[in-house]
Amino acid sequence: MNLFDYTRPASVEAAIAAWVPGAAWLGGGTNLVDLMKTGAMQPGKLIDVTRLPGLDRIETLPDGSTRIGAMVRNADLAHDAGFARAFPMVAEALLSGASGQLRNAATVGGNLMQRTRCAYFADPHSACNRRTPGAGCDARGGDTGGMAVLGWSPACIATNPSDFCVALAALEATVEVQGTGGKREIAFADFHRLPGDTPEIETALQPGELILALRLPAEAAQFAANSRYLKLRERTSYAFALVSAAAALRLDGGRIVAARLALGAVAAKPWRVASAEALLVGQAPEPALFARAAAEAVAGAAPSGENAHKIELARRIAVRALTAAAQGTPDRMPALPASVFGEPAHV
Amino acid sequence: MSDTLPYATRFGSNSGQSTSRRDGVAKVTGAATFAADNHPQGLLYAVYVPATIARGRVTHLDVAAAKAHPGVVEVMTPQNRPALAGDPDSKPFMFAFRFEALQDDTVRYANQPIALVLGETIEAATEGARLLNPQYQVMPPRVGLDAEAPYKVVVGNFGRPGETVHGDVAAGHAAAVQSVDVTYETPAQYHNAMETHAVVASWDGDQLTLDMPHQAIVMSRGVFGYYFGIPAENVLLRSPYLGGGFGSKSIANGPQVLAILAARMTGRPVKLMLRRDQMFGPVGHRGATRQRLRIGIDEAGHMTVLEHEALAATSTFDDFVENAANASQGLYAAGALRSAHEGVRIDIGTPGPMRAPGEASGSAALECAMDEMAERAGLDPLEFRLRNYAETEPGTGKPYSSKALRACYAQGAERFGWAGRPLKPRQMRDEQGMLVGWGMGTALFPAPMFAAQARATLRPDGSGLVETAAADMGQGAWTALAQIAADGLGLPLDKVEFRSGSSDLPDGGIAGGSGHTATAGTALHAAGVDAVRQLTAMAVSDPASPLFGAGNASIVARDGRLFVAEDASRSDSYADILARAGGQALVGTGSGGRAPEAAGRHAMYSHGAVFAEVKVDPDLFQIRVTRLVGAFAAGRIINPKLANSQLYGGMIWGISFALHEEARFDPRTGRIMNADFAGYHIPVNADVKGLEVITVHEDDPFVNALGIKGVGEIGITGTVGAIGNAIWHATGTRIRRFPIRIEDLLAHA
Repeated sequence: MNLFDYTRPASVEAAIAAWVPGAAWLGGGTNLVDLMKTGAMQPGKLIDVTRLPGLDRIETLPDGSTRIGAMVRNADLAHDAGFARAFPMVAEALLSGASGQLRNAATVGGNLMQRTRCAYFADPHSACNRRTPGAGCDARGGDTGGMAVLGWSPACIATNPSDFCVALAALEATVEVQGTGGKREIAFADFHRLPGDTPEIETALQPGELILALRLPAEAAQFAANSRYLKLRERTSYAFALVSAAAALRLDGGRIVAARLALGAVAAKPWRVASAEALLVGQAPEPALFARAAAEAVAGAAPSGENAHKIELARRIAVRALTAAAQGTPDRMPALPASVFGEPAHV
Repeated sequence: MSDTLPYATRFGSNSGQSTSRRDGVAKVTGAATFAADNHPQGLLYAVYVPATIARGRVTHLDVAAAKAHPGVVEVMTPQNRPALAGDPDSKPFMFAFRFEALQDDTVRYANQPIALVLGETIEAATEGARLLNPQYQVMPPRVGLDAEAPYKVVVGNFGRPGETVHGDVAAGHAAAVQSVDVTYETPAQYHNAMETHAVVASWDGDQLTLDMPHQAIVMSRGVFGYYFGIPAENVLLRSPYLGGGFGSKSIANGPQVLAILAARMTGRPVKLMLRRDQMFGPVGHRGATRQRLRIGIDEAGHMTVLEHEALAATSTFDDFVENAANASQGLYAAGALRSAHEGVRIDIGTPGPMRAPGEASGSAALECAMDEMAERAGLDPLEFRLRNYAETEPGTGKPYSSKALRACYAQGAERFGWAGRPLKPRQMRDEQGMLVGWGMGTALFPAPMFAAQARATLRPDGSGLVETAAADMGQGAWTALAQIAADGLGLPLDKVEFRSGSSDLPDGGIAGGSGHTATAGTALHAAGVDAVRQLTAMAVSDPASPLFGAGNASIVARDGRLFVAEDASRSDSYADILARAGGQALVGTGSGGRAPEAAGRHAMYSHGAVFAEVKVDPDLFQIRVTRLVGAFAAGRIINPKLANSQLYGGMIWGISFALHEEARFDPRTGRIMNADFAGYHIPVNADVKGLEVITVHEDDPFVNALGIKGVGEIGITGTVGAIGNAIWHATGTRIRRFPIRIEDLLAHA
């Protein structure tokens, strides 16, 4: 690999001051280091933020919201009993991703920043607008079975691979960031960007901005009793989603009073459709309703290659996730989180 | 590096015991020294530069930029590559494949080596390789089975005929009252042993030392001797452990030859270890196939004809056509049998032997086609196979050396609970509403023997030393072969030192073809028997021995003593016999192999029956194999624990074949776009839910003196078809392409 500088600043302020163009924040490194090995990414400087003080806590704030430090490890968050009780869908999404080893290393902030698993992005010998603006897109017309069916553009058909982010999008998380210009907050819906003509701009972060924390609002916990994340994949575990869905309902007197639905692996960001959620509100939870909402959620979808099946599968997984949410969150985390096989946990 | 390991102590006969693998603790604690763990003084790191096009020419390499990078020592390209004594485009011996070692600037497939960069560190060499920034003249690659016109295979792999016909095929078709004519496809698969190919090469004058995982340790001396123009005995290859082989580590390849050449060029030891993505190209794979099966049956459900044609991909410059159609020889009692092969030359690295080469892909298609025939006939799939049970080898009429397949069917079906399986699909659901399906397949694999030698030494203290250059790929050769050797010497396992895995030992043969235990084991046992025979002669002619005058025919050896068989009170210890004879060690030798006339008299196979249960989500089509029961008859089982593990492993590879493994080529570039373990899926633990193995007792007096067949590869056969058939039974959808995917089932919903 290329030569690069490595620094491990002692404070957030020092980290932000250390940033220069071409630098990269190093969290768990589970994605960045792989890309450095292939040569797809060649940062001139790595700023290791894993030991910055104060970023590894899970806290409840006075307004009832939950704040998750950016350097909390995926596994630690998913296995935090209080967190998993309040946000079982988020925990399930986390546990359905990667492997135990990777979840121990990966950070929640890094999860938001992970790159697409589009093979043409990871391969420095393929043209990729996301990696090299204006280079072209070799994915189009190539091996497209896993590519986007929503929100893609002629410039880029890649998907966001995160499970965690699908659940966060559904629950309207907020991202706290800090840069040389100070701190600010970004609504989750605005955090990841669709490719348009500028697929290289993947997030709303300004150059040099660092994620400090995520926040889940107090009302997000009100979905705890009826929320599921479900994920289709090519093997039972340790695989990225073919399609996935996060569904959360609040039920009162046999009616849905609030609904959230986000789809994963279908676009460059978690796919949330307000009109699909609106269809659900005020209605009794029943199969026909879920079918209508799911169809609304994938409205406008179009294959970007040999992947029309993803549209139908996304619709179907949305129906299933809504159905499962209506049936109620399992008392225990399933042994196969997010799997349709949903086995009961080992005692 | 240690080439011996301690034993656990036990008493009694050694073979047949579930001794834990001796290398297990060394491996899980990191004490085992794999090839790339060697760091001789002055080591250079080599990185090979893989072509990023599949067909064309390299027009430029920025050698100056690479050399200017700190730590880069040398760059080898076709311009400065030293001469090889042996031509890599020649095929001078069996198992020789043509390979690319910078002969010229031609690119024949993606990931072919086009340069080698040597650095003081792996990082420097890696960056140097990147800085070469190759430029190409690109030609349109030929991708897929339809890219070129096929050619007829006259002589197939391992010298087998490309086409085999028994009986009157046309008459068989004419006599059929029902038939199927179906075509199945299997994808390109890559071996991907956990340990990627590695070599540490050191030259001392014209003496070459190689630390390299290898499946044919002594044979490899002649191979490398040929390419480097030195006598075979000048090559020392050490391969105490392999992190998997799967057939890929039996054949010389370009990157490793270049690394050895680089060591000679620089006068320093050189290490090369392939990256995972580099495993997809120059080190062999299982070629894609398209197989057409035509089966006809008469009114009674007896097969009148079984015709199996296979088209398979090979490279543009060498021949290895997956001999899938041969899977239909030797199994079912069809009135007429035809197996025929065609190849298609496309821009890929040459395929090679991989996990039951031919048998695995052939069995996958055959067993599904059999299921389709059974369905059409309205017969239970097991009943249909029993109606076509071959009492003698179909076509040849040769008797089987042993064949407990009927017992495999019966015991497997019983354990699985096959009885009561509905004939029609989509009849079963679980409590969650998942579709449940049951399928089965017959497993078959030849029981070959190769050639091996061994040496057994009785030391003055009565302990033993046995030596043969066997290869332990993880299957347990360190353990099972030592058990056989100890029995040959009449010693408990802990009194026998076993030396193995190094080319300066007697030739242990090749760890492949599921024949290693039979071949090397026979040699080791014979060597031990030879030593005991000599010892016996000494004892019975020694007046000081209690055995004096007993006659050597009446003597038995056990636990380090010779006994008169009829009178256990008369015995003498090995140490005492040797001490009285002057205290010299005594050396026996033995060989393993099969006489051609023995091979000609009997058909020799391992057999088995695999039963699969799958569950499929009725709407989302996520597939899960929830139970696999395999019953296998494979002659004498030396170590039940290790044999079961091998059979488990084979069945897991069957899951992998049925549901996961596939190299996906970009049709425009001919490059593999999923060349890593995130994209090239193999099963994870969660994919392997219920796995059971039954070994059916089988005495085989013909296969070899020890009655050993093999268990290395048979597990993958039968399993793939069983899973495909179970998916049909669950869903009613017949998918004729592997791996079977969610979207395939959705497309038929």
